[in-house]
Amino acid sequence: MIAYIFRRLLYAIPTVFGVMLITFILFFVWGSRETMAKAQLGQRARPTEVRNWLHEHGYDKPLIINAAWADSTYHHAEQPWWDSIFIQQIKNFTVFELGESDFNREPIGEKIRSGMIPSLLITAPAMFVGLFLAVALALVQVFYRASALDTGMTVACAVLMSIVPMAYIISAQNLMAVTLKWFPAFGFDLQGWGTIRFLMLPVTVMGVIYLGSDVRLYRSIFLEEIAQDYIRTAQAKGVNARGVLFKHVLKNGAISLITLVVAHLPLLIMGSLLIENFFGIPGLGGLVVNALQKQDFAIVRAAVFIGSLLYLFGLLLTDICYAVADPRIRLS
Amino acid sequence: MADQSIISKLNQCFEQPSVQNSIVVLGLVIIGSVIWLGSKNEQWRIAFRRFRHDRIGIFAGVVISIYLLIGALEVIRIPTKEGQSESLLKLIINIPQERSYSAPFAKLQLGQESEFAAAQSSGDPMKIQSAERYRVVGTHILGTNALGNDTLVETLRACKTALLLGGVTSVIYIVLGTLFGLAAGYFRRWVDDVITYVYSTLASIPQILLLVAMLLVWGKGLFSIALALGITMWVDLCRLIRGETMRQAERTYVIAARALGQSTWNILIRHLLPNVMHLVLIKFVLGFSGIVLAEAILSYLGVGSPIGTPSWGVMIDGARNEFSREPLVWWNLTAATTALFGLVLSLNLLGDALRRAFDPKRS
Repeated sequence: MIAYIFRRLLYAIPTVFGVMLITFILFFVWGSRETMAKAQLGQRARPTEVRNWLHEHGYDKPLIINAAWADSTYHHAEQPWWDSIFIQQIKNFTVFELGESDFNREPIGEKIRSGMIPSLLITAPAMFVGLFLAVALALVQVFYRASALDTGMTVACAVLMSIVPMAYIISAQNLMAVTLKWFPAFGFDLQGWGTIRFLMLPVTVMGVIYLGSDVRLYRSIFLEEIAQDYIRTAQAKGVNARGVLFKHVLKNGAISLITLVVAHLPLLIMGSLLIENFFGIPGLGGLVVNALQKQDFAIVRAAVFIGSLLYLFGLLLTDICYAVADPRIRLS
Repeated sequence: MADQSIISKLNQCFEQPSVQNSIVVLGLVIIGSVIWLGSKNEQWRIAFRRFRHDRIGIFAGVVISIYLLIGALEVIRIPTKEGQSESLLKLIINIPQERSYSAPFAKLQLGQESEFAAAQSSGDPMKIQSAERYRVVGTHILGTNALGNDTLVETLRACKTALLLGGVTSVIYIVLGTLFGLAAGYFRRWVDDVITYVYSTLASIPQILLLVAMLLVWGKGLFSIALALGITMWVDLCRLIRGETMRQAERTYVIAARALGQSTWNILIRHLLPNVMHLVLIKFVLGFSGIVLAEAILSYLGVGSPIGTPSWGVMIDGARNEFSREPLVWWNLTAATTALFGLVLSLNLLGDALRRAFDPKRS
């Protein structure tokens, strides 16, 4: 088992490197550093100001290697050849030194750490409630498959999926918080049980947003399972419909469910950008939206890297779950 | 740097009516050739026969055609007198512009009713004269927005943006996904390894984060959105096509073609491509709805369509503060959301219907 986990970890290394490479190419090769500086200093910033800003933030180094011919404007003659943005980025990401924000030079690592708890408080309950509800509804659909109820629920799921998330959020906020005053419309406070007051509405809305697509996905998984031969055998043996559904379909479908649930993991930590922005929750999603509004490239860059690390971590967890559930995988 | 200005140049290019017209013509050619080729394919004909009895699918198709028609009316531009041109849609629904917000069917501008009444009751001819500017000139079924433009017209105009964006994005990701998927599935070995590595790396970045990062670097613009969505969306299609190609490549017809000395290109294009094309069609229809939704979300996050573009995302973004106004301005958000909902729902239903038609056992 340990050897299996170790092997999986080794496989993840090229992917992590690939993510670093994509981030670097996108932000420094494709995007220009002057744009980053001007996003903070204003479009009319003088060249000297831009140069000073770039120097302060360490963006004035050569791009890939510090060679004399690389670029005269960013040239650092006295520095070693590895003093370049590319190697700096790779090194910083490897040791989790996420740097400072472009906007006000606050440490990004600190911001991400403090944003994790509020994000988790919103998304973890939303995910569990959503999973439970979606699996239950999907099982109902599979139980009454090819009936009017099944068709109706399929259409209902399509309807739920087709509404813009903003519409859900705005209408829920206006109806439940502003008109009925059941919940606070905005804000967040970590104060023990009192926090729940702030969580109820965002969690509910988030659950509803993903419900349509989740039910559809789980239904197709269960339908795939119900077409298998062993189901026919079970039916032939005289297992009743409910037994088939819960014992066979749900149990075997659960293996496929693991993948999907873990695929939600980055969403879980990153929170929902829209939800956190609307409800004023100081989580990671809200952090990214604020960074977008302030054109803060450094925070977005760090978020891309952290987000993909979390995804890869989730993938590793899936593999471990698989290996636990099915010993054949460990050996291959 | 040079590359960045290419994106912004393409963004400006995308705004040109002539470019939009050529995109529409290209789109029609592609749709026509797919239908023509599909009508010769046995599998597609069987699917079409099944589809004809699918009432939900037919209904969704009709709704999408209406959206296409409205979009076409907005694309066609008719020169007016002053050397300017105006879209056909605006000429058909010719409604005068107001000064600011007005409610649906309102006779007066929003929030000015009491002032108008006060001026009327004062009996002062000067005041009555000046209060005339609060009158709404035309009839606005869905009211007007902050600039006094008719909301219904704005909503209908946005069809064009959604359809053009969806079309261009689809072309980008379908070409990438199909080519790489076929290559990875047929050649296997190192080709497969390289392609799998590239797409699994891309897929390991959460989609929304990659999208906002690309759009932040490239700047707002319709082509930016199309390219960013194209880059994130080909992964799914590629995975799908790769798996199906692997399955099909084992089948006897491919082995027979190879034994008969068919070139690799012929096997890929003449034999494998038609047999995976139905997956592309279903993915195209369902993916289109995703693109329309994504444009709205990205515009709301401030990295999507530039302000001033007729788009549902921009309308929803603009309606952000309208709900906290007194009196409440609900019509802009409602109109944009409803129009978007109609298109996305029809696309989802059509996609489901196509899937049922092509693969009735598994849905």
